[in-house]
Amino acid sequence: MDFQSCVNIKKEWDIVGARQLGRDIARKIGFGTVDQARIATAISELARNIYLYAGTGKICFEAIEDMNHKGLRIVAMDDGPGIKELSQVMEDGFSTSGGLGAGLPGVKRLMDDFDIQSEDGKGTEIKAVKWLR
Amino acid sequence: MDQKLKDIVIGHSDDIVKMWLEEVNKKKSSDYTATISDELFESTNREFVNVIFTSIEKSGLTNDLNDFSERLINLGWPLSYLTDGMQVFRRVITEYILKQSEQIDSDYFAEVLRKVDGWVDPVINQLVNEYSGSWEHIVSLQRVALQELSAPLIPVMDNITIMPLIGTIDTERAKLIMENLLDGVIKHNAEVVLIDITGVPVVDTMVAHHIIQAAEAVRLIGSRCILVGIRPEIAQTIVNLGIDLGKFPTKSSLRKGFKSALELTNRTIEDVQSKEQDIENLIDSLNRE
Ligand SMILES: Nc1ncnc2c1ncn2[C@@H]1O[C@H](COP(=O)(O)OP(=O)(O)O)[C@@H](O)[C@H]1O
Ligand SMILES: [Mg+2]
Repeated sequence: MDFQSCVNIKKEWDIVGARQLGRDIARKIGFGTVDQARIATAISELARNIYLYAGTGKICFEAIEDMNHKGLRIVAMDDGPGIKELSQVMEDGFSTSGGLGAGLPGVKRLMDDFDIQSEDGKGTEIKAVKWLR
Repeated sequence: MDQKLKDIVIGHSDDIVKMWLEEVNKKKSSDYTATISDELFESTNREFVNVIFTSIEKSGLTNDLNDFSERLINLGWPLSYLTDGMQVFRRVITEYILKQSEQIDSDYFAEVLRKVDGWVDPVINQLVNEYSGSWEHIVSLQRVALQELSAPLIPVMDNITIMPLIGTIDTERAKLIMENLLDGVIKHNAEVVLIDITGVPVVDTMVAHHIIQAAEAVRLIGSRCILVGIRPEIAQTIVNLGIDLGKFPTKSSLRKGFKSALELTNRTIEDVQSKEQDIENLIDSLNRE
């Protein structure tokens, strides 16, 4: 499988659209209810961060496959301000907006692989993968 | 020249109407108007074309046009019926005027097109405005209706109130939940409020944060919150997110939550039916002896 679909994040309700598309793709790949909920929640966190901190961006989904298993890759991209405190944001409770600060560390725990690239002033790209067991 | 073109159109209105009706009738068979009765379709067409002619004659928009579009909106006619009809009209009168004219140069041709646009476009704009105005009105009414549904508070019995949440929680709704919760607790004098999240599809950190804040606020005004309806998959994601709900009580189902609410207010559920049953059984067994 090598298709990719994206949802643009511009307004708050786009978060719901991204979540629904991601959940649909996850269901088609064969993820169960609990993993679908984990995936939908991770998408929600990433999409809301784009909406809150970058203004606009997009979330893309890709059904992937390696030798042993299938999986879903979520990529969240934006050209926003980037994250200065990259090491701090991965610690629980760090927030610049008075939030819970559990979003990014939460996504890392909800998913199997997690990778974050961010440059001050240039934007942020986060890749996260969930493997089907 | 303006007046001349107008005279051609008004003077031959019967011919033009006939041509227009033929064209519009041809469209009927296949599309959206197929379900409308022939009679109604024809009378509406006639009225429509009269309205167009009146607006040309009076060189401007008329009340007739407003009345007509208002009626079609109320009857649920599609806007495309009107815009298609206007396009047909544009074509028919352009062709008609050009056929009536002896010598046609490009200046004359441009003048005819400009004049015809001047008749047709204001009518189209007016119709589109009327229609979109009515849509906006509907959307705003629905928004109000949704808002009323979005954070309801049900006082089930003395001192116990339930807020069932169904559907996605966005920032606006989160605010409403907080407001209604605090207002309701005071108004119904609730000691315990059950917040039921069975119908909330995703509980992310934003939703959790709002719920925690709401529960905290309820605590500050002297009441207690119990979070109920936590589905197993939601319980797992909350744990994964590392959110600490330890500070206030949670229950998996509304039924369990209601039971602890009763306990908190020093009450229990008594099963009257089974007691009667017990007594009946007792009498039965006595009789048998
Ligand atoms: N896409 C992004 N662009 C810029 N900054 C971001 C982005 N995502 C997260 N951040 C920063 O990382 C911090 C932590 O994010 P997160 O863990 O989701 O917690 P929260 O959203 O509750 O603050 C945010 O407060 C914000 O400063
Ligand atoms: Mg966040």
